[in-house]
Amino acid sequence: MANIDYNNLKTNYETSVQKVEMGLWEKIYYPEVIRGLLLTTGHFVRNMTVHIAHVFGLARNKRGAVTYQYPEERRPIHRRYRGRHRLMKKPDGSERCTACMLCETICPTQCISIIPQEHPDPAVEKHPASYEIDILRCCFCGYCVEACPCDAIRMDTQKVEIANWDRTRMVYDKEYLMTDITGPGAPPENDPPLWWLQ
Amino acid sequence: MLQTAIILAKIWGVLLTLVSLAAIMTWVERKQSAVMQDRLGANRADVLGLRIIGLFQPMADGLKMFFKEDFVPARGDKFLHTLAPMIAFFPALLTFAVIPFGDVLRIGTLEIPLQIANLNIGYLFILAFGGLTIYGTVLAGWSSNNKYSLLGGLRAGAQMISYEVVLGLSLVGLIMVFGTLQLDIMVKKQGELLFGFLPAWGIFLQPLGFLLFLPSAIAETKRVPFDLPEGESEIIGYYTEYSGMRFGLFYFAEFIEIIVLSAIMATLFFGGYQIPWLYAEGFQFPWGWEWNLPHLLVVILQIGSFFAKIAFFCWLQVLIRWTLPRFRYDQLMRLCWVNILPLAVLNIVLTGLVLMILN
Repeated sequence: MANIDYNNLKTNYETSVQKVEMGLWEKIYYPEVIRGLLLTTGHFVRNMTVHIAHVFGLARNKRGAVTYQYPEERRPIHRRYRGRHRLMKKPDGSERCTACMLCETICPTQCISIIPQEHPDPAVEKHPASYEIDILRCCFCGYCVEACPCDAIRMDTQKVEIANWDRTRMVYDKEYLMTDITGPGAPPENDPPLWWLQ
Repeated sequence: MLQTAIILAKIWGVLLTLVSLAAIMTWVERKQSAVMQDRLGANRADVLGLRIIGLFQPMADGLKMFFKEDFVPARGDKFLHTLAPMIAFFPALLTFAVIPFGDVLRIGTLEIPLQIANLNIGYLFILAFGGLTIYGTVLAGWSSNNKYSLLGGLRAGAQMISYEVVLGLSLVGLIMVFGTLQLDIMVKKQGELLFGFLPAWGIFLQPLGFLLFLPSAIAETKRVPFDLPEGESEIIGYYTEYSGMRFGLFYFAEFIEIIVLSAIMATLFFGGYQIPWLYAEGFQFPWGWEWNLPHLLVVILQIGSFFAKIAFFCWLQVLIRWTLPRFRYDQLMRLCWVNILPLAVLNIVLTGLVLMILN
């Protein structure tokens, strides 16, 4: 590394800051002010025309505002958006999770806690007795979804409003993660596993 | 007795109109700014699920202000702290008293001038009470016992006193042209014609005067781009220590000032209640057509035109407020003393020369 002489450091401020001098046209303010006012007036007139046309049921395909009226009108979410988790189901309705603990292991915030249990069916090795996600700690990195070898956990519910009046209710249990999964545009709850897992 | 009743009715009518217009202006400001910025603006306040494009928002705002804590800073001057918003609010309302909002209304033998007080110094009255609002802002800064409020009040005082000068000077040309300080005579003279077709409005007689009057008047009302006294979030203005309805009064005074300023602009420069080519008997177009109208209809048309002009200038002021960025303080002062002041003096000299040549 080269030694920098901090005592004799010279920055050429002349060239680093470009000062734009105003001409006479800008200095008399009014022409430029009127130009700015015409711009905003243009927006006002255009939007106002669209709003008035809407009152009479015209120009439905045009929007008078670029904003979304949130609770009534939702911004479309991309299908790969990482929303709230859900646990997938087998065709018989039980959970697809085999309690392999990979998601709990990889979770950087340690918000997943699984209690594994012997499955009643001898053909199946394990299943989770409880599967809890502390959504307040979750950082929505999606590592659990990547780690899962049998596509049992997904984040495709497209649910973004994760709010509650009570902290204790923000720890989602297995039943909740398996039932309340009908987000707008989300795939069905027993969506077949991805093709490379079948 | 009847005369007193008529005057009281006029006062109440104007007062109620002004206050309700100011409440609507808060709504207009929000909605218009939203439409200009491709948004929709406040539309959530509802009564029984009824929203009517956010018209309940002013009521919700008022209700909120009434229920907020009425805070007076410790060791602040409680009396002056209460007095300041009143001083800011009161002259704004009072200015409207001298503004004629219509010609004389004749019912039978009764003649009702549509103006609360026909003072022969009406124009000076406006300037005097416009100047009084400075006390409101300076006292608000002083009584708050807060150095930032005090500095904000000082800034406001310096700005308003500076612009008071150019505001007065930019209007001197108009007085020279009309030769009177009485506002209803000024408006009557604006009903005449220039060159046989052009209405003799102040804007045509004093175009430079209007261009100088507009920025100084906006600076007097302390709105963007001259809103340094308030500087809502970044430089801290004179009403930092105000809350609840005391703050509401400042806020409300600002909107009343917008309306009053629009009325003054309409009266002085845009013919007040005059409609081009409309006389007491009806329309008389310069190309020879005549269209006689009944007296009552003419008066209603005149009042309507006056309020249409007010509405237009309110719209213009909100447009300016939501288009331009704020001036820096030195730019503000330079604009006043270096740019507007010499031009205002030049305007007076030019007007005098033209008047001398014409006479």
